[in-house]
Parts: sequence; structure tokens; C-alpha cells
Amino acid sequence: MDIVFLTFILVLSVFLGFELISKVPATLHTPLMSGANAISGITLAGAFLAAGATDNAMASWLGGAAVACATINVIGGYMVTDRMLGMFKSKRGDQS
Amino acid sequence: MSIELVANLAYIVSAALFIFGLKMLGSPATARRGNALSSLGMLLAVSAGLISSKTVGYEVILIGILIGGIIGALAARLVAMTSMPEMVALFNGSGGAASLLVGWGTLYLGSDSISTFTAATIVLAILIGGLTFTGSLIAYGKLSERINSAAVVFPLQRLVNSLLLLAILSCAVLFALEPSATSVYLYALLGLALLLGIMAVIPIGGADMPVVISLLNSYSGIAACAAGFAVNNNILIVAGALVGASGIILTNIMCKAMNRSLANVLFSGFGAAKTAKAVEGEVKPISVEDAYYILEAASNVCFVPGYGMAVAQAQHVVKELGKILEANGCEVSYAIHPVAGRMPGHMNVLLAEADVPYEQLVEMDDINPRIENVDVAIVIGANDVVNPSAREDADSPIYGMPIINVDQARTVFVLKRSMASGFSGVDNPLFFGENTRMLFGDAKESISGVIGEFG
Repeated sequence: MDIVFLTFILVLSVFLGFELISKVPATLHTPLMSGANAISGITLAGAFLAAGATDNAMASWLGGAAVACATINVIGGYMVTDRMLGMFKSKRGDQS
Repeated sequence: MSIELVANLAYIVSAALFIFGLKMLGSPATARRGNALSSLGMLLAVSAGLISSKTVGYEVILIGILIGGIIGALAARLVAMTSMPEMVALFNGSGGAASLLVGWGTLYLGSDSISTFTAATIVLAILIGGLTFTGSLIAYGKLSERINSAAVVFPLQRLVNSLLLLAILSCAVLFALEPSATSVYLYALLGLALLLGIMAVIPIGGADMPVVISLLNSYSGIAACAAGFAVNNNILIVAGALVGASGIILTNIMCKAMNRSLANVLFSGFGAAKTAKAVEGEVKPISVEDAYYILEAASNVCFVPGYGMAVAQAQHVVKELGKILEANGCEVSYAIHPVAGRMPGHMNVLLAEADVPYEQLVEMDDINPRIENVDVAIVIGANDVVNPSAREDADSPIYGMPIINVDQARTVFVLKRSMASGFSGVDNPLFFGENTRMLFGDAKESISGVIGEFG
């Protein structure tokens, strides 16, 4: 994939991100932050290449560590966000 | 169909899921489903990443996922709601570390020579990832009070930091010109990036943590983005950019709530330059019993929580008192300043934990116009966000910061442990106000005492 194409994706995503988040109520700032944080663990999808390299011990070590770190980020982030959101309740008693 | 194509199609779907998920996080009614959608997107993206990476050995990957999964799940399940800011900081840090490691590991894969562009993106992934990692660790230390949370300033700090940046820049250029896994400049960069994270966060005081956390959140996204460029993976770029943008927006909201520029938060040790007018006056303490009589007669009560509520773990008794007051025919609301606590939305999460319905949580701009109608404003462990100096005293370090104008309520109760000044070391004239009554002691015990009087 060439540089221009990747940059194109980047620019569009940044604009989209700004549009999406700009109207979040203050009540949800923490879950939003930890939910977004979990998404940043997407690095996991890019860590497999190095982690699976059996012919290069160093790459494999670094990749394995990256997989572990990113998994902490992903699993921990989503679970903690879900736990927080489970506590946000409406007056009418229906769970949100 | 090639595996590559399938994976890329899966990436498109997961990008859409992330986008919908973030959108649904914007409303309390849909937020939980939004988070679930986003996690589904993650599962899909990770699976696609796994099948398309042409890996031969799965042992390391499995072990990594197992270790990370267990740590992450345990941490998420066991953490107390009051420790949420430091937990988020730690998760952030591990995300940053992952990007650094991916960038570094990629260097060992290219058998043929690495292009300058790829080398530059690897440098960025290492730099931003490393900065996020150590910066988050320092933030964690400050938030959990494991290290002194005050701003650390020392002589020639700016010079030292400028030299650090210069060194990073030179190493980056020298490395990109001749990229190799064994380059000395690579190791120098790794060390310098980690050092930069430390240097960037130590001069920032505890009260400014909401800004730092959101900024680090943004960095972790940008680091993922850089790693995406390094390994040519577009889902990393899309997801990283979304996170980066959301972090920047939160950072901006936090800065506005303190009426300070980002540069001011990042580069000036707080409270170092200006000295506020010394405030003098007489405080009027109140007993639990008298507080009860006033509350019993009140028809509109507003709680204003701050970090002190988190420290005293007082959210449950606060909610209980609120419920009793409501049963007594009183209108109860909870006014929350955007930077109350140690991370964006910190107070909201704590009150949600205590089962306060989110309709009762009101924002600063909603409560201020009708604060005159509030009979009793109960300030629990908040200081700077209710400090009238921000409005009146041009010499105060927090001058210009929008505050909740509790001093304009009919009566103000301030729950405070003792007469020490608040987090940023600013004196608060509110404590000497004509309509202010100080309820000294542990916030939780004081409120329990009032509840006891009602019983």
C-alpha cells in the first residue's frame, strides 16, 4: 500500500473522529475515554507478524511482549468500560 | 479470494463497528451497547490480523494473549471505582508500550532494506509509544499518590527539555538515514523516548491530571496510528486516528474548563508564578445537628462533589442523604464541574456507582443560572472548582477559570477535613463567606451523622 493511500485514510479518520466525539455529554467522559483507550489496543492486530516470526528470536520476543501489552489494553479497557456503563442508570429504573 | 482481501474486508466492517460504537457512547441510554459493538469490532479486527499475518508460530502469540488477557481481566474486575483514574492511566500505558514494541519488532522482520518512510514511522511509533508508556506510569504514580503528586520543577528545566528534544530529533534523523535493528541511534531513541515521557509529566500537578490523562489517551491512539504506518495496516491507522481525535477533544474540553491553554498546563509548574491575595476571615463552623435543622427545612439542595468525595469514599452516603432529602419533599441535584476529580467525568462515575440516576447530575452551565434558588449547596471535598477567587481576584493562579458559583446559593455547607488549603495550594475565600458554614471532619462521617439525625 502506498503512502498517499494510507495518509488519505488517516486524514479522513481524524475528521470522522472529531465529528463523532464532539457532542458527548460530560457524564460519559470517563467511559468514553476508557472505551477509546480500549480501541487503541488495536495495535494487537499489527503485533502478530513480529510475534509469529519463528526465524527471528528477537522479533518474536518483542512481538510477544507487544501482544501481551495490547491484550491488557483491549481486554481491560472494554471490561472496565462495560463495568462503569453498567452502573449508569436512569431514574425510570430501566438499565441503560 | 486471497486471505489478504478477506482481512481487508473484515477491517472495513470493524472500522464501521468502531465508528458506530463511539457514536453510541455519546448517550447514556445506548452507551453500553456501543461499547459492546466496539469490542465486537475489535474481535473481528484482531482475528483478521491473525489470519492474514502469515505467522508460522502461534505459541508466542497464545502465551502473550493469555498473559495479557488474565492481567487485563483481573485488573478490570478488581479495581475500585475510586481508583479508576490510575487504572485508565495504566491501560493507556500498556497500549503505548505495545505500539513501541511493534515498531521496534518490525525492524527485525525486513530482510530487504527498510525505506526511509518506514523508518520514520517506526521512529514515531517508538517515540510516541515510549512517551505514552512512561508518561502514563508517572501519571499512575501521581494519581495513586505513590509518588508526590505536586508539580516537580527544577532550575533550567526548559533548557534540559529542549536539549532532550534536540537529541531525539538528531537521533531520529540519523536513524532514518541508515535504519537497522542494531543501530546505536535506535537504542538512544528508545531511552530518550522513555525519558521524555517522564520529563513531560513530572511538572504537571495533581489538579491538572484530567488534562494529562486525556492527552495521554490521545497519544496512545496516535502511537497506534504510527505503528499502523510502520506495518502497513490500515485498521491500525483508522482506529488510532479515531482515538487520537477523541483524546484531543477531551483535552480541549478540560483545558476550557480551567480557562488555560494546553501549553500553559504542560509547561508551567502550577502555582509557581502568581501568588494570590492572602485571604483572611473568620470561618463559621456548624454542628451536625444544626446542619440537620437547615437541611430539614430546605426545599432545594445541590451537592457539589470534588476529589475529596472520592478520597473519603463518601458517594454512597451522599446518595443516601440525597434520597432522604427527596423523601422529605426537597429537590436534589448534583452539580459537577468538568474538571472535578482526577479525570474527565470522574465524579459522574462515582455517583453512578452509588445509583444516582444520571438525570440528577447537572453540568456547571446548567446549575449556575439557577444557583440563587438553591437553599443549600453542599460542597464535598471540592475546592478550586468552587473558589470565588477565580471570578474576583485577578492575581489568583486560577483566575478566569469558570466555577460553580456556590457562594451565590442561600447557604453553603463546606465539608472539609480541616482548614488546610486545597490541592493547588490556593486559599479559598468561600470558606469565610457570610453564608458559608463549615462542617469539619471526615466527609463520610459528617454525612452519616446528618443521616442519623434524620433517622
